Amino acid sequence: MNASPYTLIIGLEVHVQLKTNTKLFCRCSTLFGQPPNTQVCPVCLGLPGALPVLNRRAIELAVRTGLALQCDIAPFTKWDRKNYFYPDLPKGYQTSQFDLPICSRGFLDIRDSKGAFEPKRVRLIRAHLEEDAGKSMHDESQGKADSRIDLNRAGTPLLEIVTEPDIRSPQEAKVFLTDLRLLLLYLDVSDCNMQEGSLRADANVNLHIPVDGKMVATPITEIKNLNSFRAVERALVYESARQYDQWKRDGIALGGRPKQTRGWDDAQGVTILQREKEESSDYRYFPCPDLVPVTLSKSELDSAKETLGELPAAIRARLVTQYDLKEYDSDVIVSQGRELVEYFEQAVVAGAPPKRASSWIQQDILRLLNERQQSLTDLGFSAVRLAELTKAIESGSIDTTRGKEIFARMLEDKNLTVAAAIEALGIKSVGDDELMELCRQLLAENQKAVSEYKGGNAKALGALIGQAKKKNPNADPRRVQELCKQILDSSS
Amino acid sequence: MSISSTDIQRVAHLARLQLSETELESYSVQMKAIVEFVDQLQGVDTSGVEPMVHAIELTNVLADDQVRNGLSREQALANSPDHDEECFRVPAVLG
Amino acid sequence: MDWCATSAAELSRQLSNRAISAVELAKYFLNRISLLDPKVQAFISVSEELTLKQAAEVDKLRMSGESLGPLAGVPVAVKDLLCTTDLPTTCGSKFGKGYMSPYDATVVTSMRRSHMPWLGKTNLDEFAMGGSTETSFYGITRNPWDLQRTPGGSSGGSAACLAAGLAPLSLGTDTGGSIRQPAAFCGVSGFKPTYGRISRYGLVAFASSLDQIGPMAHTVEDLALAMDVLAGHDHRDSTSLPHEKPAFAASLLEPRKSFRVGVVREQIEDAGLDSEIRQAVEKTLEVLKDCGAEICEVSLPHSKVWVPTYYVIAPCEASSNLSRFDGAHFGFRAEATVAPKGGSADAGDSSPLVDMYCRTRSEGFGAEVKRRIMLGTYALSAGYYDAYYLKALKVRRLIRQDFDKAFEQVDLLVGPTTPTTAFRIGEKLNDPVQMYLGDLYTVGANLAGLPALSIPCGHSSSGLPIGVQFQGRPLDDCFVLQVGHKYQQAINWKPMPASVI
Ligand SMILES: [Mg+2]
Ligand SMILES: [Zn+2]
Repeated sequence: MNASPYTLIIGLEVHVQLKTNTKLFCRCSTLFGQPPNTQVCPVCLGLPGALPVLNRRAIELAVRTGLALQCDIAPFTKWDRKNYFYPDLPKGYQTSQFDLPICSRGFLDIRDSKGAFEPKRVRLIRAHLEEDAGKSMHDESQGKADSRIDLNRAGTPLLEIVTEPDIRSPQEAKVFLTDLRLLLLYLDVSDCNMQEGSLRADANVNLHIPVDGKMVATPITEIKNLNSFRAVERALVYESARQYDQWKRDGIALGGRPKQTRGWDDAQGVTILQREKEESSDYRYFPCPDLVPVTLSKSELDSAKETLGELPAAIRARLVTQYDLKEYDSDVIVSQGRELVEYFEQAVVAGAPPKRASSWIQQDILRLLNERQQSLTDLGFSAVRLAELTKAIESGSIDTTRGKEIFARMLEDKNLTVAAAIEALGIKSVGDDELMELCRQLLAENQKAVSEYKGGNAKALGALIGQAKKKNPNADPRRVQELCKQILDSSS
Repeated sequence: MSISSTDIQRVAHLARLQLSETELESYSVQMKAIVEFVDQLQGVDTSGVEPMVHAIELTNVLADDQVRNGLSREQALANSPDHDEECFRVPAVLG
Repeated sequence: MDWCATSAAELSRQLSNRAISAVELAKYFLNRISLLDPKVQAFISVSEELTLKQAAEVDKLRMSGESLGPLAGVPVAVKDLLCTTDLPTTCGSKFGKGYMSPYDATVVTSMRRSHMPWLGKTNLDEFAMGGSTETSFYGITRNPWDLQRTPGGSSGGSAACLAAGLAPLSLGTDTGGSIRQPAAFCGVSGFKPTYGRISRYGLVAFASSLDQIGPMAHTVEDLALAMDVLAGHDHRDSTSLPHEKPAFAASLLEPRKSFRVGVVREQIEDAGLDSEIRQAVEKTLEVLKDCGAEICEVSLPHSKVWVPTYYVIAPCEASSNLSRFDGAHFGFRAEATVAPKGGSADAGDSSPLVDMYCRTRSEGFGAEVKRRIMLGTYALSAGYYDAYYLKALKVRRLIRQDFDKAFEQVDLLVGPTTPTTAFRIGEKLNDPVQMYLGDLYTVGANLAGLPALSIPCGHSSSGLPIGVQFQGRPLDDCFVLQVGHKYQQAINWKPMPASVI
């Protein structure tokens, strides 16, 4: 049972940048990292007389995401203007969706493969499309210096996903975001690159504190500027403690203070008050007269459903049932993305023993990809090769250590088959007769190990492996141990 | 509904307008008259009537996701009151 | 030759016969502008060099045997709310002083393609908000029929330049009557097409769901020729009609033999309607009878709330459309005068930036524009949205339904364009509600999206022009123009500029 004196209540707002070539309402490129103000046109600059035209692809991607999140997709959706003045918003309003979002009432089931919390369903209130703002750059060192504005990003399509306050811990928040990101990657609707801002999260947080049999809720704060999953977790840990301290000092409950917006300062590890508003901002939402509504028919939605492909939760379960993988292992493979799942399954189809292929992938291939910062394709070790290698190990024709040498050799020369690599490395399998002779020699030279073994220490023979390898590098350590045991056990 | 001078000031700030004392006075009088005038709408029975946003009601006007050339940076910045080589410049956002 | 009293259609014939050249024509009008415009003040900017260059290109093409459209070489005056890359687009506002659009409005591109030179950009009420062309930052335009009176507005410059014979054709925009009311006041023809018929791309938005560009001319035939150039679907305007573009001028040659005309009871019986105007409209109806019209009375029950509906919807949209004029990215910015305040945690309410916004917008906008921004902001703000904006949208549908019912009985609605003839400069400037009531008969067509035409139908005893309005079903633009043309043929209408002394 949780010993915490309060329950933490968290709702998330996630902004996902959709993977379109062009902006939501103009045909400027959405390419990241271009020189400032070079991907602009009269529409996204908000110049007088310019008019928006909706990007078809953005609707398709939003529908795809909504369907995967089990949302209701609105048969009729429209565009609204959210009016406020800010220099990264050149029109003085953001075109968004207010009362008829394209997606509503969905959910995402989350679970922790190590069992850190009970599996749970995080309900989604809505997901709507809107245009991104530009970038304001404030020169903090100069204090009151001018702000500089780059409008390249202005008008980029965002899907804003809003959860119910169903999340109860920083860990759950992190897992929710991780799983959401994975789903979006499988759907191929976003790059989800947090450094480039294509996935951004804000958190709404407060505490429920039991006091004399009643529940007291603390004022809600919104935390912005959460630039990584780790930042989300740390900020929530910090903020819950801060709210509890604050409440102990002033006793102010929900409604007793206006909603605060706080920014996460990753370097200092604190949230900092950004604004506190008496009246909630009055955005004067109203339907955009320059854009017309969008209708979606049932048949359009049905055909969109057919193109979703198998999604992470289903694949995770299937790898466990179909290949008898452990949940944890299945999770590791699925978390790496669709490409690795396909790689694994291709290897199995080519004859790889599933469990050995899974562990080879996790221990060798992923480690290497990480070290080299490479993709699976760049690595150039095909699923068929992985199957050959794991089959050879499984059958005992080579041992794991030898396997690693073969793997390394094959990465150097991408044309080598496993057999050719064995050949190239001068590895020959050693016959039992030859090994028997080797073992007798070993035992004769290591009386200490022999007496320890006989004294009941089964592991004592392990010390002989190194020497066996020196005498014959092709000796299979497992077989050496087996034969040594055989000799000693039969002689006693 | 009647419009108060607090309303006028709240609205002016929302619209980022700074009204002088005289403007505040004359706008109060005129806005009151206009609001009384448009209050005629309250007498119309609109129960069960759908709002009409567009003069001609179209749906699904969509463009293909293909990049087209926009403006050069020089053109983008040409009409701006203040800019450097790369960006628009505005007075500090933070106070 | 008195080209200032010649229709664009006739000029077109003279040009294609090579009786005149485009350059001669351009020089003729430029000369009249330099002589008479100081009195009328119809233009904000004129560029002789540009006009002559464009005209010379047309002549060159014609000499080379290129087949040209009918309006090639006919010069046109453009309301200064339409974006042009080679003349400033001021919108009649301090904000637009010297603003050079990096792109052309779609209609401007269409005119280029049709080789129509432009004489300049015409004056208007600031951001088209007004009915008198008195609120422009660039001065007051005067009515050529009586220089003490307004030409109407907001397309006052485009109407006055025709009436003074400074241009044979002009472009206006109409949000609540801004083409038709000045056309009526200045004795010229003006057409607001069905909403979406002409692309709004490059028209600086006042109220997007009501704004339409339209031609102004001496005759309905000229309007139809201009519509052939201006109309058509535009992929850059989401509200542009996808329907096939009709052949406007050609359709004038095949008019319907008989049709039903409805007189709007609420308008013809309006106590505020000037009796001379009522008589002129009744005379028009007699002529239409001879043209094959069957006349009856119809009712548009919600017409008394047209203006209140309009004065909620238009300011709401305008308050948002004009937010981009904030001094940040283009146009006017007020000089920094006060030392930046510091120390506030709330970036939204007090900062050098907010200070700049407030001073820029207060100095940049004129009184009427600020009044409408305030009104629209109020009607959209928390607590008032349902009572004003949403209510107005619902009434708007009832207004449209009234028209739909009327058009079950008749093919065309005929009535006065305005309740009075041109009023004196300054007369209504301080009484916004009275000024707004000038749109009494015209805003219905904007709210419902109908095609509507105003043509001259006589003069008052004091010699001021009177306009009659024809309104048709949505998409029935050609029919409205056909009847207008038939009427002008029946009365043997001739272009008749005022004599500006
Ligand atoms: Mg948002
Ligand atoms: Zn753009």
